[in-house]
Amino acid sequence: MSVTTAPVPRLTTEAPSARLHVGERLADIWSLTRRNLVHISREPMQLSDVTLQPVLFTLLFIYVFGSDIPIQGGSYKDFALAGLLSMNLTTSTFGTAVGMATDLQTGVISRFRTLPMWRAAVLIGRSLADLMTAAVCVLIVALVGLAVGWRPDASIPSIVGGFLLAMLFAYALSWVSACAGLLAKSPESAASFGFIFIFPLAFISNALVPTQGMPGWLQAVADWNPVSAMTAGARHLFGNPNPSATIAAWPMQHPVEAAVLESLAILLVAAPVAAWIFRRVTVE
Amino acid sequence: MPHSTFMIEAEGLTKRYGDTHALDGVDFAVPAGTILGVLGPNGAGKTTAVKILTTFALPDEGKAMVGGFDVVEKAPEVRRQIGVAAQDATLDELLTGRQNLQLIGELSRMGRAAAKARTAELLERFELTFAADRMAKSYSGGMRRRLDLAASLMMAPPVLFLDEPTTGLDPVSRSRVWDVIRELVADGVTVLLTTQYLDEADALAHDIIVVDHGRIIADGTPQQLKDASKGAHLEVRLAEPHAAAVSALQQLVESRVHADADGLVLSAAVDQSPGLATAVVRALDAAGVLVDNIEVRQPSLDDVFFSLTGHTAEEPTQTTPEPHMEGAPA
Repeated sequence: MSVTTAPVPRLTTEAPSARLHVGERLADIWSLTRRNLVHISREPMQLSDVTLQPVLFTLLFIYVFGSDIPIQGGSYKDFALAGLLSMNLTTSTFGTAVGMATDLQTGVISRFRTLPMWRAAVLIGRSLADLMTAAVCVLIVALVGLAVGWRPDASIPSIVGGFLLAMLFAYALSWVSACAGLLAKSPESAASFGFIFIFPLAFISNALVPTQGMPGWLQAVADWNPVSAMTAGARHLFGNPNPSATIAAWPMQHPVEAAVLESLAILLVAAPVAAWIFRRVTVE
Repeated sequence: MPHSTFMIEAEGLTKRYGDTHALDGVDFAVPAGTILGVLGPNGAGKTTAVKILTTFALPDEGKAMVGGFDVVEKAPEVRRQIGVAAQDATLDELLTGRQNLQLIGELSRMGRAAAKARTAELLERFELTFAADRMAKSYSGGMRRRLDLAASLMMAPPVLFLDEPTTGLDPVSRSRVWDVIRELVADGVTVLLTTQYLDEADALAHDIIVVDHGRIIADGTPQQLKDASKGAHLEVRLAEPHAAAVSALQQLVESRVHADADGLVLSAAVDQSPGLATAVVRALDAAGVLVDNIEVRQPSLDDVFFSLTGHTAEEPTQTTPEPHMEGAPA
């Protein structure tokens, strides 16, 4: 065991440069998005909240609630579909929280930290994989809806616009969920975030019943809930009955604009906050 | 900054977690192409040092350079020079071994084709090709360690940090990891290796620092450290118990002679002197004692560690629990 007398430092061939160009950042995002998609393919039950749950919710709400809720200007089915979209998309975003918390717990992130990669790609890659699962969710709700008799009454671009609105909102919300996942101490506590925050958010809205019947203060909350704007916006774009149109609150008068603005606002706040928390929890 | 041949340099590194000094002013330097062994019990500060040097944690005080770059100010450059095998394996359980390496390669800016070739090469080198397309979840402890080590080598980094790379490995996997480390160093890689195993530091390291309670309590080559505690250990095995054996031996050594329960094995701490074994055999023979075997043993690093710290290396230091990585399983 002799000490090397003339050590030859091995240096990397290229001069190391700290700045990553756009192509490298996109490559990192794509690598991590693929990783998350592989995860989903390994544990298909993870997908149950965007496959099984939408089918169940759609059938349950349409046949159980729908049996006794009169809707002015149309059927409960036509009213409910946009609400089921927002309900399913909203509740499925806490998969993002659980996934984020799981990553932190397994130490995979610690290895990523020692790589010359773009740190934010971890977050963006997850949000994009979750956006793809949200698209699956949208498709399933639409197909089940069509099967049970939901009928949109608008031009194709308008209907597509309704679905895109729902996905934009889900994408924005997944960043809020990522924040929760990063702050959670474990995947289990990240899951409880869903029940404490997401369920009230989804239910105190016009998604499944018109808000007019709610107590005054609750109706005010519901009418200003971004979930309501998104739902009313989708109803409007689908050409389905939209009882909220008679409510004076600004988001109910301009639901599409409100949903887009609120989604962008959520995104603009939640994404930098998530990036900030991510830095905090991964650097000691 | 004028750059020496040191690939890793630490100066006055200090890190506190609350009131605990995980590192309390640590200085060392590792010449290129050598192995520094960082020896110490659990909670001594070894992992904290690795975290700072690998840009995972920020020092509260002090300065560190890796590959000529400051770990705080030039963290991205440092990350392009290093490979890290953390103490807890950091694998993606749901990806296969191959996918794990491929991902690390892509995120290390290797390009997909180069990452693919390197992945195949490393899987072969670490004898993981047979399990390459199985999920990492199904890997045994030894396989995980090997995959983790392979992941840290994806970029062929000039500086490698190995945090207790053989903890929990069976002897066969352990010697395989040792061989790989030796090969890397032969290729010019600089390695910082933390370990609780004294024999590991002895077998691999060119230089050793002994860390306890966040401070360096000794440093030098393995031989220098062993020389520092001069005493040797004498052990005599008798053919049959003999009443005069202990007193005959006692006249030759200063420390107290200890006999085992059967009176067959006598042992004592001795100063090494020429002809000691001969003198022992003659004295016992003169007393009519039959000797089967006699051994004068060099102090092991275990003895050194004990004499420096007052406790054995496997015994965790109670007062400074080492904080785990955020989110890492405790």
